[in-house]
Amino acid sequence: MKIRINNKKLTTGDIAFNTFNYAFLIILSAAMLYPLLNTLAISFNDGMDTVRGGIYLWPRMFSTRNYYIVFHMDTIYSAFVVSVTKTIVIVITNLFFTSMLAYTISRKDYILRKTITVIFVLTMYFNAGLIPNYMLIRDLHMINTFTVYWLPNIISAFNLIVIRTYIKTIPESFIESAKIDGAREFRIFLQIILPLCIPTLATIALFVAVGSWNSWFDTFLYNSAKQNLSTLQYELQKLLASALNAGTRTQSGGGGANAAAQAGSSNVTTPQALRAAITVVAAVPILVVYPFLQRYFINGLAIGGVKE
Amino acid sequence: MITKTLTSPNNSISLQPKRKGFWGTVISQRELVLMSVPILLYKILFSYVPITGWTMAFQNFKPAIRSVWKQKWVGFDNFVKLFTGINGERFIRDIGNTLAQSFITLVLGYVCAIALALLLNEVKSMGFKRVIQNITYMPHFLSWIIVAGLVSTMLAVPSSGGMVNQVLMTLHIIKEPILFLSNPNYFWGVVAGSNLWKELGWNTIIYLAAMTAINPSLYEAADMDGANRFQKMLYITLPGIKATIVVLLIMSIGWILEAGFEIQYFLGNGLVVEKSEIIDIFVLRYGIQMGNYSLATVAGMFKTVVSIILISGANFISGKLGEEKLI
Repeated sequence: MKIRINNKKLTTGDIAFNTFNYAFLIILSAAMLYPLLNTLAISFNDGMDTVRGGIYLWPRMFSTRNYYIVFHMDTIYSAFVVSVTKTIVIVITNLFFTSMLAYTISRKDYILRKTITVIFVLTMYFNAGLIPNYMLIRDLHMINTFTVYWLPNIISAFNLIVIRTYIKTIPESFIESAKIDGAREFRIFLQIILPLCIPTLATIALFVAVGSWNSWFDTFLYNSAKQNLSTLQYELQKLLASALNAGTRTQSGGGGANAAAQAGSSNVTTPQALRAAITVVAAVPILVVYPFLQRYFINGLAIGGVKE
Repeated sequence: MITKTLTSPNNSISLQPKRKGFWGTVISQRELVLMSVPILLYKILFSYVPITGWTMAFQNFKPAIRSVWKQKWVGFDNFVKLFTGINGERFIRDIGNTLAQSFITLVLGYVCAIALALLLNEVKSMGFKRVIQNITYMPHFLSWIIVAGLVSTMLAVPSSGGMVNQVLMTLHIIKEPILFLSNPNYFWGVVAGSNLWKELGWNTIIYLAAMTAINPSLYEAADMDGANRFQKMLYITLPGIKATIVVLLIMSIGWILEAGFEIQYFLGNGLVVEKSEIIDIFVLRYGIQMGNYSLATVAGMFKTVVSIILISGANFISGKLGEEKLI
């Protein structure tokens, strides 16, 4: 942090600038927050009432009915369970395999160190493309399975480099002394290196979890035919797609916007209200881990970041 | 992201006697080998084996025939098809859309993020700064589906909660609500705007980090010379983060064909398709949805090859500028 000693009096220009700056930043943050608060208000407002419009920051007719419906919809409930399971499995497998590999390539004397690093780093810069990847998953018979959610994602090259860089800061004498005590490599990794990496792994776990929770494309591409493997984000996308189709149809026809609300099949609430409630359900886990995440923004992100 | 250069000289001291040779070392390090080689093979399977799928580009691929080698070979027919006729028109239009959307998003994102970082840097109250940072970073962590839903609500007509139209009408900038999502002329702006809302705060992090590295004595000297806020910003802060700006800009140009995918897919519709469809969506439509695997593979190959050239170029230039390499 920079420390500026400024014992001059503020000039008129400074005051004007500060006023403008603070006002601008407050307006900007309000604009950032408004869509979220608006969705929250709609999700707690009576569905039929929402259609009349005019809900801004506070529900007009408070109701928890939308949430009640969301959690009693079989599809949403099962999607929620799949999303949670998938996130847990990805975090565990990804962290374990990534840090194990990172340990091996952090060892300066390891003969395959360079080969492995290059092979992994290159994958950050190219991709065989959608169709060849799809064909591979098809040939491995992984379509419409839970495996496709986690198996292709157990290593991320970027995190590998971040963890390796961190392990390199651990004094080599730790490893040497464990060796003298007769520990083998796997045990050194599991009982010495892994516990020492916890601060870094915690950050990476949060980022991996957020990525997995937010992912939608894998469900869409590989598992869209299996309802019991659907995820929350994919269910939300289906609702959004039907609402948008109805919306643009009426927009182009010059009609009112209420058709979006009538397009759904549910007769107890409206798709707009339902969508708001599911959006909140999908966003809440992110907002829960957010305070933990933000501690690492400045310091943690710099690990693999720019040199300064 | 920039990672540490891997081409640094290997200054490790080998503990193994030289005469052991490659296999001797492998055997003595068999535990490390066991821990890493299965993961290596896994990575080769999932990231390198699919490249063999590029053979589809030279075939008239029929998914019903299981063996790759029994497919009909057609040479460069698919490449010709991709760039000529009705497919060609569509693909070239999509390249244009990809570049335009990337470019607009990039320019808007850069200018706004640097501006916001400069303003945040002038905030003296740490508490206020922290609050603003936390609010503006948050959208980065929301999924694109949530963002697309919020964007579609905000851009709707005022009666369905379209705040943007409402504000513009209240300010008397427009008389009639604008149908942002069904008018192709607005689509590029919608993509850039959505990206801006989601990533603006997040993108300031790196500039704010760079700003903390500026020597405070420079500001003190400027104070002595009677420089005002604006002059200090222009002559000290901005030059101080110039290197970061340049490197990030070069990197972004390397990734210019990555225009995103989700926002275009979610908000694109029949009315705006001429402006919304990008290369990735072209590949998805032709490949997965129309079953024309060969043509889609060629389109994907085209994108990968051009990207690699651009990224290597970016890497080379940032290396020439004396900055850290990307690889």
